Amino acid sequence: MTPSQHVDIQRSRTGWYLAGVRAAFSLPGLILASSFVGFAALAKAAGLTIAQAVFMTGVIWALPAKVVLVGAIMSGSSIFAAAFAVALSSVRLTPMVVALVPELRGSRTRQLTLYLLSHFVAITSWVLAMERVGDVPRDMRTTFYAGLGSTLTLGNMVVVGVVYALSQKLPPEISAALFMLTPIYFLTSLWASAREWATHLAMVMGLVLGPVFHVVLPEFDLLAAGTIGGFSAYAIFSLVQRRRPAT
Amino acid sequence: MTFSAVDSWWWPFLFILIAGWLATDAWRFLGVYLGGRLRDDAPVLVLVRTIATALVAAVIGNLIIFPSGELADTPLWLRLGAALIGFAAFLLTGQRMIVGIVVAEALLLFGIYSL
Repeated sequence: MTPSQHVDIQRSRTGWYLAGVRAAFSLPGLILASSFVGFAALAKAAGLTIAQAVFMTGVIWALPAKVVLVGAIMSGSSIFAAAFAVALSSVRLTPMVVALVPELRGSRTRQLTLYLLSHFVAITSWVLAMERVGDVPRDMRTTFYAGLGSTLTLGNMVVVGVVYALSQKLPPEISAALFMLTPIYFLTSLWASAREWATHLAMVMGLVLGPVFHVVLPEFDLLAAGTIGGFSAYAIFSLVQRRRPAT
Repeated sequence: MTFSAVDSWWWPFLFILIAGWLATDAWRFLGVYLGGRLRDDAPVLVLVRTIATALVAAVIGNLIIFPSGELADTPLWLRLGAALIGFAAFLLTGQRMIVGIVVAEALLLFGIYSL
């Protein structure tokens, strides 16, 4: 490699990192930040200190897992019961990462890079990456995702700290609207990021089965809804594909 | 061994590390290990995507039907109606996310203020 080629690669690597940073400053990023405004209020109400709330944002990152952990802390759960509840609510991270890794990996990507980047996987960065990584050259995808994931995580640690420090109690109407923002945003972005109709079908099944199993099997609601919804959507998809191989 | 059981500055952070960081990143690391064995066009990835999507959708469904905080004080029909009409608006405008979000939030706030 000549020195000038090397400089070119360096420049484009920085360029793709910055492209990832820019992808974080987007409508999805803004909505996620609003959800973290709601989380900062929740953490404060639960009696966490500002340092604990910011630390929790950085090390857990996935918002549903944090809400579960704060709930366990408020109800006085033991560390084992809390860990169990958080682990159950986070099983979904494994299939999300399994789906993302083959998209991110280039020919010379180290395993360690993927392990470090996987920490940034949560719904927003996953949806954004699955949507946009196809437009990024394969060797630059981990760089792009590093820019996206680190900006979202660090940015929202700042959001939680600032909102915690400044927040008076929000008016209840605004607070309700903030709590509604997350599901409606996930609803539209998850639909928009689906690759095949099997995924759309799985989404509809999950939406219905989640609340059903929340009543029937409260401890394992997400797990049951995810596996049953996911497997049946896939089974229907394969049956139809087999019958009509042309499509 | 609750969050406030040990009276020292480091215990809450250790609690968050074990019950929070370990309980989430263990699943992410398992995903890297398993995903490393698959090519990006492996047929099984369709199944992985349907399971991952159904799991995330279940989280969404629960956030709307069994919400937390002040949203829990709103009637179920209002939340469900706002979400469904917002989603319909998103589909009808060629999947413009901002339309779906603004419609759903406007309906929710209109409902809260007029009830």
